[in-house]
Amino acid sequence: MADNPPITLYRLQACPFCERVVRVLDEYDLEYRSRFVEPLHSRRNVIRRESGSRTAPALVDESTGVTMSESANIVEYLHATYGDGAAATDGGVA
Amino acid sequence: MVDLDFEVVPLPDADHPEVGERAPAFTRPLVNAEFWEDRSLDSLTDDGPVLLVFTTMNGAFPATYTWNELRERDWETDFDVSVVGVTISDPYDTTETIRDRGIDYPIFSDPQNGVAEQYGVVHDLDGMTGVTEPRPSAFLLDADRTIEYAWTAAEWPDFPPYDEIEGVLADR
Repeated sequence: MADNPPITLYRLQACPFCERVVRVLDEYDLEYRSRFVEPLHSRRNVIRRESGSRTAPALVDESTGVTMSESANIVEYLHATYGDGAAATDGGVA
Repeated sequence: MVDLDFEVVPLPDADHPEVGERAPAFTRPLVNAEFWEDRSLDSLTDDGPVLLVFTTMNGAFPATYTWNELRERDWETDFDVSVVGVTISDPYDTTETIRDRGIDYPIFSDPQNGVAEQYGVVHDLDGMTGVTEPRPSAFLLDADRTIEYAWTAAEWPDFPPYDEIEGVLADR
């Protein structure tokens, strides 16, 4: 694993929303760093500092300067940015 | 330590890599007060010398004593070194321990004790069948992982020779 991939995923172990994002990262062969946090909301300040909220998953993509929360948003972003039709469709997704 | 009027139990000789040899490379979850992530030892030594400190499980008193002493010594302020721990305690327990005890250093979590195996410092715990942890040990590594100093416990319990290590750091 590269020690400094551009994408960092803040995740909880066994969180289905996080796994949903991981599946898309893997689909596009994207290198990413997993930062695991504890389930308690009060223990997630590192995420809040990044994204402004304590929800997981949160994704930071240094190659585009994007930071976002909510798995549906993240998945949509990944498809639009890294999907096969990303350039041709100008980032549009169905 | 207090003076005891009996012999402390000796440990058998350890077969660990010696000064001048390259320390084994590894990757494990590196835990801090807020999260953990896979990190390679090389990603730490790339930034400069590393003092790799193997401790008992977080709950046992030798780990507590060792981290208290390392906090007091605050070597990172005075010397070009990063202090990093290795424990078999899991990441959840380790991040809590780091917070609760105010440990200023990250700790590799290695529940299956493979790093201690690589370093030849496995300690089979009597009375805890199936559980092994590292024998208390300390390795000072330079930026290319060459071992500049090595210590491993000779008896049980045993604690790092802090003054000796500080001398080595001061003489670098």
